[in-house]
Amino acid sequence: MTAASLDTTAKTSAERGALARARLLRGLLPALSLALVLLAIAWLNPRAISYFGFSLMLNLAIPIALATIAQMFVIAGNELDLSIGTFVGFVGCVTATWLKDAPLIGVVILLGSIGIYALLGALIHLRNLPSIVVTLGMSFVWQGLAILVLPKPGGKAPDWLLAIMSFKPPFIPFPIIAALLIGLVVHFGLMRTSYGVILRGSGGNPAALKRAGWSLLRTKIVLFALAGLFGVLSGMALIGITTSADANIGNGYTLLAIAGVILGGGEFVGGRVSPIGAVIGALTLALAASPLLTFMHIPPDWQVAANGAILIIVLAARVLISRKER
Amino acid sequence: MPEGNADIIGLSGAEKHFGAANVDIIRLDGAEKHFGAVRALGGVDFHVGPGECVGLVGHNGAGKSTLMHMVAGTLAPDSGKIGVHGGIEDNYSVSRAQKLGIRCVFQELSLCPNLSVAENTRINHAALSGLGWRRRAATLITAKLDEIFPDHGISAWDIVGDLSIGRRQMVEVARAFTVTQDRLDLVILDEPTSSLDAHTAGQLLAFVRRFVAAGKSCILISHVLGEVLRNADRIVVMRDGKVVVADAANAFDRDRLVTAMGGAEAHRGTMTETTKAEAGPLRVRARPARQADGKELVARAGEIIGLAGLAGHGQTDLLLAIFAAAQRIRPGIEVTAPVALVAGDRQSDGIFPQWSIAENIGIRSLARLRNGLLISPQREAELAAFWQQKIGIRTPDMNNNIFSLSGGNQQKALFARALGSDAEIVLMDDPMRGVDIGTKLEVYDLVREEARNGRTFLWYTTETEELDNCDHIYVFKNGRIVANLTRDELTEEKIIQSSFGDAA
Repeated sequence: MTAASLDTTAKTSAERGALARARLLRGLLPALSLALVLLAIAWLNPRAISYFGFSLMLNLAIPIALATIAQMFVIAGNELDLSIGTFVGFVGCVTATWLKDAPLIGVVILLGSIGIYALLGALIHLRNLPSIVVTLGMSFVWQGLAILVLPKPGGKAPDWLLAIMSFKPPFIPFPIIAALLIGLVVHFGLMRTSYGVILRGSGGNPAALKRAGWSLLRTKIVLFALAGLFGVLSGMALIGITTSADANIGNGYTLLAIAGVILGGGEFVGGRVSPIGAVIGALTLALAASPLLTFMHIPPDWQVAANGAILIIVLAARVLISRKER
Repeated sequence: MPEGNADIIGLSGAEKHFGAANVDIIRLDGAEKHFGAVRALGGVDFHVGPGECVGLVGHNGAGKSTLMHMVAGTLAPDSGKIGVHGGIEDNYSVSRAQKLGIRCVFQELSLCPNLSVAENTRINHAALSGLGWRRRAATLITAKLDEIFPDHGISAWDIVGDLSIGRRQMVEVARAFTVTQDRLDLVILDEPTSSLDAHTAGQLLAFVRRFVAAGKSCILISHVLGEVLRNADRIVVMRDGKVVVADAANAFDRDRLVTAMGGAEAHRGTMTETTKAEAGPLRVRARPARQADGKELVARAGEIIGLAGLAGHGQTDLLLAIFAAAQRIRPGIEVTAPVALVAGDRQSDGIFPQWSIAENIGIRSLARLRNGLLISPQREAELAAFWQQKIGIRTPDMNNNIFSLSGGNQQKALFARALGSDAEIVLMDDPMRGVDIGTKLEVYDLVREEARNGRTFLWYTTETEELDNCDHIYVFKNGRIVANLTRDELTEEKIIQSSFGDAA
């Protein structure tokens, strides 16, 4: 009997060891892909690996990371937000106009848009609508509103925003510090707090959550409101870098944000997301998007296609690793 | 409950029961529930007193689950009264039930697979919040797991999705018994042992006895009648949405229970039929990947081979290896005829959820159902109709979605898929888990009949009673065959002995 139970324990620990290794590998994959892209850049152009180089290359990584986090909240609840890109564009237009000229109205509009996100969550839950349809519709609404606010490219970022985004800390470039900060804050909020568990559980097994007495309406509203909040931060950060806005400025962010979440170890269903992974995924995409391809002397015409190829390779590697896990 | 008594003095009707000295934890009077035109419960009176374990048995569809959903607060009755601790509950709900100390372990697993064991514990306890909640949750669930399943081997930080189905059930059960700020008086266990092996099931049932001895109560729902007979103080039998018998457990025996449930006649002993004459042609010869010695599994035409041992000790792996070997030659495994598999986890491995019953049955036989490039709907319907007749799938129309069937009938459809195919070898991966006794007995008969006609069955089961149907039993431990018993040698003790003995 003793021998038997010892044997069982030995088997379990070996089993667990293998599982833990596979999980670690999955957890490290986003970091590995980032390291790979960095190595490639260092090899192609060693001078890029410097304080100034990183500040330049990762400049646009902050808004992408924030948009990715916004998408991650939506994906955590088993939904998908196809409007985050145009929403970021809309926020950018408001930031470059109202927020500078009439800050109070600007703040109200931005808070109101977060409220609309929360209402969308409620609508999707109450009417049991597919989020893809609702947010696809909303993407045209945001785009239209952005054009109304700013028919022609222009406007100007508020000075305080420019000051924040051009902050130059010693030794470590600002985008890296900002990315770390975003990752850690969201990690704590979603992965460590007791309500974060409920939010992720609503993606993992909604029926069980409901049975335990939690409101699924509330979790969906909170998740969508958080997506709206991070969408607003993303739009503001973007304008802080570009200094002026354009109604189409965020359009590419929808797919970048989805790819960032998946690249960072998230899954479309099941509430499996990783905030730190998502930020790393966003950094990888930001680096792979243009600096790497430019250093590889790939002409701009081909960069979008090359970008897609990189995505396919990295995501395929992820699938292979998770298959090994089973 | 002095204040509870004070409240109800002078109230009329049903409440009179509650004034008794021994206040019932829960009492339902005349509970009724309709789903559309279907009557799920027709005026049920049910109560649980403190310090008793009530066994609840009945066929699938007898209304047990509906009744339990009412007790747990997840369903409200159309009419009838619910009283808890002597007070009438008008707005009874899950959260109210939690506050009043009533919990339920539902049959389908209700853990979040993406969360850790500790995080899943937090979901059921609003009190686990604020600073240090993770540590408190981990301590709480680990202590309870240690108490119920001493050698569980589960860490509070394991992600539930990575645990085996048996371990998940252990976590689910342990979680229901954890206590923070709310009281705990009654735990409903709906098929708590369906995914546990004999050893852990024994640990759980022993814990239930301790729990009840300490003055708390349990409702035990199980299709393993022996479990109910041995562990319940009182047994309530349901049929067609009504309670048909309720009596002390020692007033029942197996036969009386089965008769009361109105199922097929209790016909244990019918399987001691003619022993197999001479060996048929070889169908399967397989050696588990981790087998060090020369032991191997041999199955001949017309044999029913049982795979026994503790759950998750390599039985399923071997079945899957044999299944794979039928397509591509693998070392150590010889398969001489087409193979079909009846999956154990029918929701994830067996059923095509969007398809009709007929389509679900026909998928294994597409080659035969083809007419040119297309599937002939007529032949598909013929195949489905034949098996509906033969195996007794209860549905008005085989073109209905597969989910319109009860769990037992879904499993029958999966059997029909395998038996309706050209497969000479049928692999069964514990397929009768959580299926009612009537369905089981029908399927057992069918399996024996098909075996007489020359089919070979490899049958992994966690229920020792099912092994009585087998000609030959291989006991597994740590991925190896450790014993090879014929039916005459088979006893539960022998299996447990081999399962726990030193692996040679």
